[in-house]
Parts: sequence; C-alpha cells; structure tokens
Amino acid sequence: MIRVETLSKRYGEAPPVVDDLSMEVAAGEICAVVGTSGSGKTTLLRMINRLVEPSAGRVLIAGEDTRNLRGHELRRRIGYVIQGHGLFPHWSVADNIGTVPRLLRWKRAAIDARVDELLALFGMEPATYRDRRPAELSGGQQQRVGVARALAARPDVLLMDEPFGALDPVIRGRAQDELAAVQARLGTTVVLVTHDMEEAVRLGHRIAVMDAGRLLQCATPAEMMARPATPFVEALVGGAERPFRLLSLDRVEAAVEPGEADGPPIDAGANLREALSACLWSGRDALPVERNGQRIGRVTLAALRRRAAPEAGTPAP
Amino acid sequence: MPVLAAPAAAWRRVDRLGVLIALVACLGAALPFALFRANRIVPGEGLAIASALPSPEAALLGLAVLAFLAAAALRVPPAVKLAAGAGLLALACVLVGRSAGFLTPPGNGFARVAPGSGFWTLGFAALLLAADALVRLRLPPLARVTVLALALALLGLLLWSGAWDGLSLLKEYGTRAERFWAEGRRHVALAFGSVAAACLVGLPLGLLCHRIKPLRAGLLSVLNILQTVPSIALFGLLIGPLAWVAANVPGARALGISGIGAAPAFVALVGYSLLPIVSNTVVGLAGVSRSVVEAARGMGMRRGQRLFRVELPLAAPVILTGIRIVLVQNIGIATVAALIGGGGFGVFVFQGVGQTAMDLVLLGAAPTVLLAFAAAVLLDAAVEALSGSNFREAAR
Amino acid sequence: MRLLGAAWRIALLLGLVAFLARPSLFAPVFAPLTRFDAPPIYDGTSLLSLTLNHLALTGAATLCASLLALGLAILVTRPAGAEFLPFSRALANAGQTFPPVAVLALTVPLLGFGAAPTFLALFLYGLLPVFENALAGLSGVSPGVSEAARGSGMTGPQRLALVELPLAAPVILSGIRLSAIVSLGTATVGSTVAAKTLGEVVIAGLLSGNTAFVLQGGLIVAALAILINDAFLWVEGRVRARLG
Repeated sequence: MIRVETLSKRYGEAPPVVDDLSMEVAAGEICAVVGTSGSGKTTLLRMINRLVEPSAGRVLIAGEDTRNLRGHELRRRIGYVIQGHGLFPHWSVADNIGTVPRLLRWKRAAIDARVDELLALFGMEPATYRDRRPAELSGGQQQRVGVARALAARPDVLLMDEPFGALDPVIRGRAQDELAAVQARLGTTVVLVTHDMEEAVRLGHRIAVMDAGRLLQCATPAEMMARPATPFVEALVGGAERPFRLLSLDRVEAAVEPGEADGPPIDAGANLREALSACLWSGRDALPVERNGQRIGRVTLAALRRRAAPEAGTPAP
Repeated sequence: MPVLAAPAAAWRRVDRLGVLIALVACLGAALPFALFRANRIVPGEGLAIASALPSPEAALLGLAVLAFLAAAALRVPPAVKLAAGAGLLALACVLVGRSAGFLTPPGNGFARVAPGSGFWTLGFAALLLAADALVRLRLPPLARVTVLALALALLGLLLWSGAWDGLSLLKEYGTRAERFWAEGRRHVALAFGSVAAACLVGLPLGLLCHRIKPLRAGLLSVLNILQTVPSIALFGLLIGPLAWVAANVPGARALGISGIGAAPAFVALVGYSLLPIVSNTVVGLAGVSRSVVEAARGMGMRRGQRLFRVELPLAAPVILTGIRIVLVQNIGIATVAALIGGGGFGVFVFQGVGQTAMDLVLLGAAPTVLLAFAAAVLLDAAVEALSGSNFREAAR
Repeated sequence: MRLLGAAWRIALLLGLVAFLARPSLFAPVFAPLTRFDAPPIYDGTSLLSLTLNHLALTGAATLCASLLALGLAILVTRPAGAEFLPFSRALANAGQTFPPVAVLALTVPLLGFGAAPTFLALFLYGLLPVFENALAGLSGVSPGVSEAARGSGMTGPQRLALVELPLAAPVILSGIRLSAIVSLGTATVGSTVAAKTLGEVVIAGLLSGNTAFVLQGGLIVAALAILINDAFLWVEGRVRARLG
C-alpha cells in the first residue's frame, strides 16, 4: 500500500534527518515506527503526506507517486492524527470531524451522516456530543474525536504521530484497544509513530525501528524479539521484558489444550501474559479457559513457559 | 538544471527587505535634499542633492547612496548593513548642515534652510537598514543601551560642534534656548514625576488587589474607564474640581494647585498611569509559581520576607513592563498639557501649528520622540536583563 | 453587578443622546460654571454635527488603518513574508513611541490644515496597535492546531480563513479597539489643526476661560470613548465565547 523508496531529508549541511530509507507497508496493516526522539521517525511520517518535502527519493501510495498530486490534495486523502489531538477549538465536535469532507465539498446530509456514524463507532452518543466544543470533552474523548476526524473522508491510509502521548496510562490502554478494533473493522493501513515499545508491540503488525535517520529493522514483533538485527534493537525491545512482551502477542485460544483445571476461568480472547499473571497470582498450574461462557479446555503454566522462550514464539497474524 | 540554477542563486543573494529599503533610499535621493525659504513662514523651494550642496560634497553623498544601495539589496553580514545605514545617516546629517551654509547668502538673517523631504526619506531608509541590522544582530541588553548612548553622543557632538547652526531648526532654538530648556525640564518633570507618583500609589494598590480578590475587578474596571477617556477631555474634566480645590482648600494654592496649568495635567497623567501599573503588578504577582511561594513558606520565611525576597523579584519584569508602557505613553501625552497651560515641549508644537512654522513644531516634537524612544530602549533592556537574571537563577 | 454596569452604560448613552439632541435643556446645569454672562452651551457649531464629524473621522481612519494593518500582518505571517517579520515587529514597536500629537503636527506640512492631516495622523498611528495585535494573534495559533489544519489538507488561504483568522479574532478586535480609542483622543487634538471635531469646544473654552465649554466638550468625548470601548469589549467577549 505504502512504498517508501530511498527517501532522504536533509536540512542544510547538517547530517540527514532521514537517510536513504526504504520500506513497505502492506494494505490493511498497522506499521509502528519506533525510535528515540531525534531518530527521524516523525520526519519520515510527515514526508508520507508531504508536510515535509523529501530531499531525495519518493513515496508511492497504492502504486501512485505522491508527487503527482498537489500537497493539500494528497493530505485530504490521508488521515492524520497528532499528539494532543490538535482539534480546532472554535469548531464543534461535528465541525471538527467534518473538516476533510467539507474541504472535499461533500453534501451536507452526507457529512452529517458520516459524523454520526463515526461518533457511534467510537462509542460517543451523537446527539450528546455532536454540538459540544473540544474544550468541553475529556482528554480521552478529544483523542477519539481526533481519530474520528482523520477517518472522516474514508482514507485508505492513516498516519498517527504519538497519538496517545498525552493520555494517562489507563485511558491510553483503552484508546489503543479501540484503535485496534476500529482498524481491524475498517481495514485501514496505519503508520503509527511512537517512542513507546509497549505500544508498538501491542498495536503493530510490524515494527520498524529507526535510529539516526536510518531504518535498523522492520519485522513482526515476534521476529524482532526473537532475532533483533542490532544491539540497539535488542536494547529497545528490552531484555528483561521480552518474555512478557512475547506472551502478550498471542491470545489464550492459541495455547488452549484439552483438560480440566480448578478456579475462576480466563477468557479465550485474553492474551497469554494475562494468563501467566493469573496463574502466578492465584498459585495455580493451570487455568480453565472459556469462550462465550463455554468451557473449551485449559491453559497450563508449562505451555506458557514454552511460549515465552524465543524459539517457540509463533509469528503474529 | 544549471540553466535554472544561475538566476536562482543570484536571487538568493538578494535581500528582499533590503531591496524595499533601497527603493525608499532611491526615492530619498530623488526628492529635494534641502528646503530654501526667503523667510521663516513663506513656502520654500526644494533643492535636489546636486544643487543643495557644493559639488565635491554632492558627489560624496551620491557615492555613499550607491554604496548604501548595494549594502541594502545584497545579502551581506548585518554588521556591514549596520555600518552602511549608520554611515549614510551620519553623512547626510553632516551634509545637511553644510548645505545651510552653502545656500544661505552671506549676511542674510531672514533666509532659512531646512532639511527637505529627500533628507528625511534618505535618513528614514538609513535608519531602517540600521534597525534591521540591529534586529538581526540580536544584541544583548547592555549592548543595545551602549548603541543608544553612542548614537545620542554623536547627535550631541553634531549639535555642539555647530555643524547644524545654519539650519532653521537651530535658528528657532537659538531665539528661545532658555525657554526650550525650561519647557524641557517641565516636560520631564511631568512625565517622570507622574510615573513616579503612579508607582508610589499603584504598586501598593496592585499588592492589595493581589491579596484581596474582590477589590481587583472593581478597581481595575474603574481604572480601565479612566484609561479610556482621551487626554484632552480628562484635562478638561479636571479643571473644574482642581479650581474648586484651589479656591476652597487652604494651602492648596501655595502648593501650586490651580484649575489650569500643570496640576490637572499631572493628576491626569497619574490617573492614566495607574491601570498599567496596577494590572501588571497583579499579573506579575499572580504569575509567580505557587510551588516557589510554598517553598519559601516551607523554609520559614515570614510574609514580608516572602514578598520582598521572592514574589516581588520574580514579578519585577512584568511590573517593569507596565512602567515602560506608562513612561513612553506619558512622555507623549505630556505634549497635550501645553493646551491647558501645563507647559512642556507641546508648547512649541502648538505654537508652531498656530504659526504654520514647521521648524517650531519640530523643535517640540523631535526631543519628545527622542525622549520616548530612549526611555523605551532603556526600559526594554532593563526588562530583558531582569527576566534574564531571574531565568538564570531559576536554572541554577 | 453586571446589571448595575449595564444600567449605568444605558444611562450614559441616553444622557449623551439627550444632550446632543437638545443641548439647551442642559443650560441650567452648565450656567454656574460660566462667568461674565458667557453662553453656557457652545454655540460656534452644533454639538451634534461636531460629534458626528468626530465619529466619522475616527471611524474612517480606524477602518482604513485596521484593513491595511491586518493585511500587512497577514502578509508577514505567511511563509513568503516571513523574512519581513522580525523587522516589521521592531518597526511597529518603535513607531508606538511616537506621540500621536507629534504625528498630527508633522502631517500638516504634507496636507495643510483641516480634516486631511488629522485623518492621515489617525490613520498612521492607528496602524500600530492593530498590526501588533494581529501579529500576536496570527502567530499565537497553537502549533498543534496549525499542524492539524495542514495535515487535513487545507490550502494556505483555507488555513487563514477557517482557522487562523477566527482564532486570532479576539486579539485583533482588541487591537482595533485600542486603535479606535487612541484615534478618538487624537481627533480631539485635531481641532488645533482646524479639523471640525469636539476638541473645538474644549479649546474654545480654554481660550475664553469658559469652564462650561471645556467641561461639556470633555464630557462628550469621555462618554463616547467609554461607550465605544464597552461596545468593542462586548463584541470581543461574544467572539471569545464562540471560540469556546
């Protein structure tokens, strides 16, 4: 879907911010770009929608060179979400969400319908929230409106720059789950820039690690943890945290085996890290597993231990 | 690409703002450099550079203008631009004095030579370039004050050397030198005295407003209304009450209080000054971070110690900004005091307007502008130095 | 408190209108201030026409100055004009140290006496507060908001019209208010260069020692200034409230 070819950005004589970078993001995939601040990840993102013009190289979206369009026309086709949401304070929630459809001169009725649809999608009652001002919303709601605004004109591509950076941990977790659900439903291709490895592992189908303007590795989370390309990547995916991150990639249903176990059950949709936590906390060697209230088997501590080792790490979907 | 690159590179060497300034300078060079009049009030005859100056000087000025145009239009270091601007300004100032001697027939006491529109435009362009260079140099506060002092010293030297004695402005000054300095003292006393008085009243009022919240809205809205009333109207409105005070309060007349004159002007200026001083004091104190005040409390400072050692020093830049606004404003408004017999440089301005003698207007307006500008530069530098030192302390 | 404020403003407006429509009714009020049987109400020109003239002059100058200053501020806050920004900011700052009276007096040689030099002085001096405030407002739009506007695919003019100008509106309006109030005061002094403004009443009073004239001229100008200032503040408040 997105193809970045030998892309570079340099300002004056300084070392390049993005240095001869090539990568590809498949359609319907979330690609998380991770790196320290100053690694060039935001510049890479801003070159995809040409908020920053590349010094060299090119970007193709659905096979078309982005330079064939004028900058603002390109950006109307690409959703864009920034940290701290950047909502227009003088417009209502509905006006904010309808920004790009209005720029594209959709019909009034179509815009209204789309706004209500998106509000409902993000669990915000349209009648209650449509006419509110951004200042009247909580931080989590502002963030959801920011994402809804980016999705309003049904873009195939969504670019997100630290979209959850301004949220507290509890709300951030919920917002991440929500994004994953919405993305799975709409099939939008997402490039997400973050400095939070936890977030990248949680959301990214693939993770791209950048340092000093270069792409160090682009791989699935499991592959990256199993075989980090450089010591930098290894440090970033975090030595001590690795088994838990690996476990968090898979759902309980993937490790379920026939058999019985005592105590309160765990849902098949929970991740393996949560299963491990439940085992350790309650002092059990196995947990019963349920799907929609029906027992379907159990998950054992031994199975979890096997999956926490790198060799067994199954690739993520 | 190379075909395109050559003009693009040339264009990059051009300074667009400088081109604008150069155009102003071209206009200045074309307009009459000096104005010759047979006597003080008849309309004058404008003379271009070539006819206003002896040929060597005219050629020198022409060359200086050409050098200036190049320095302005091209991208050269700001120091070069500053030198070009200051140099042209100094040369034009010296030569306009020379043109007075050149144009005035020997022994003629009535003829007047004044700087023409060309001189002013040229000087304006030179000032613009110098100002632009100074902005780009981002001088620290002390250096800016030094530049100001240097410029004033050069101006003083020019006046003292007698290079301008032939100009009509200096002839106007010559016939009323004593009056000029008396009105100048009056002007300074009105402007600075009113600000000092306003500080004495306004700082405690601001402190009070900071401590007692209900007082704030009421007092600030009253001061806001006072600030809105135009100066001449306020002067007029004060004439009645002050006349009554002078007539009915024993000793008031002995203090110099009367319906017209300096008293209503002084009172009105104090009134105008209160709003910026009080509101900036309130804003400055409110802006001191709570954690700093809490820390001071935690270390056992008493209320008074907290105020003088922590809150006031931290609020000082904002308070000083208020004083800067007021001082510049009062130096300007004090000119209007002349209309109600309050004196000051306004006396010459209004006399000049009455007699259509622009040199006289200039005699009043020029020192006022100079005074206001110098006050603004000095206090701006003080504000910056003060907030800089606060910042350094905070960083330590 | 709000009600009281509104009530006294309405009373002020009604008083002003009544005084301008029928000055003679107020003659007994001003009579004690006159001496030697001087007329208690200014009769050189009708107070109403002076007031209207004063307002027209101030309004026209403020309008023209606001339009030009806003245009210049927009120009220097665009990428193409960014080169001019620091300089024009310094220039506006320095320009405000010029006393309005000096500007007024120095425009006389250009345009002679009358309304023209006064208009020019009001116009020139009125540029500065609007320019300064418009600069502050337009460059004060939060980076997140302008980034979002660009990221949504707005063109430069769309960003200006849909986001920057609406967000800067209250600050710009307060610049126009400052400009209008300064103009109102300077126009009063404009009568010294023979413009037909309310200053004529005050000056006539000062010249003839008639305190009644001085007072009524001063009162009318003061009332106009307070009412115009309040009207602007009200609009500013409304605009600010709409911005949420």
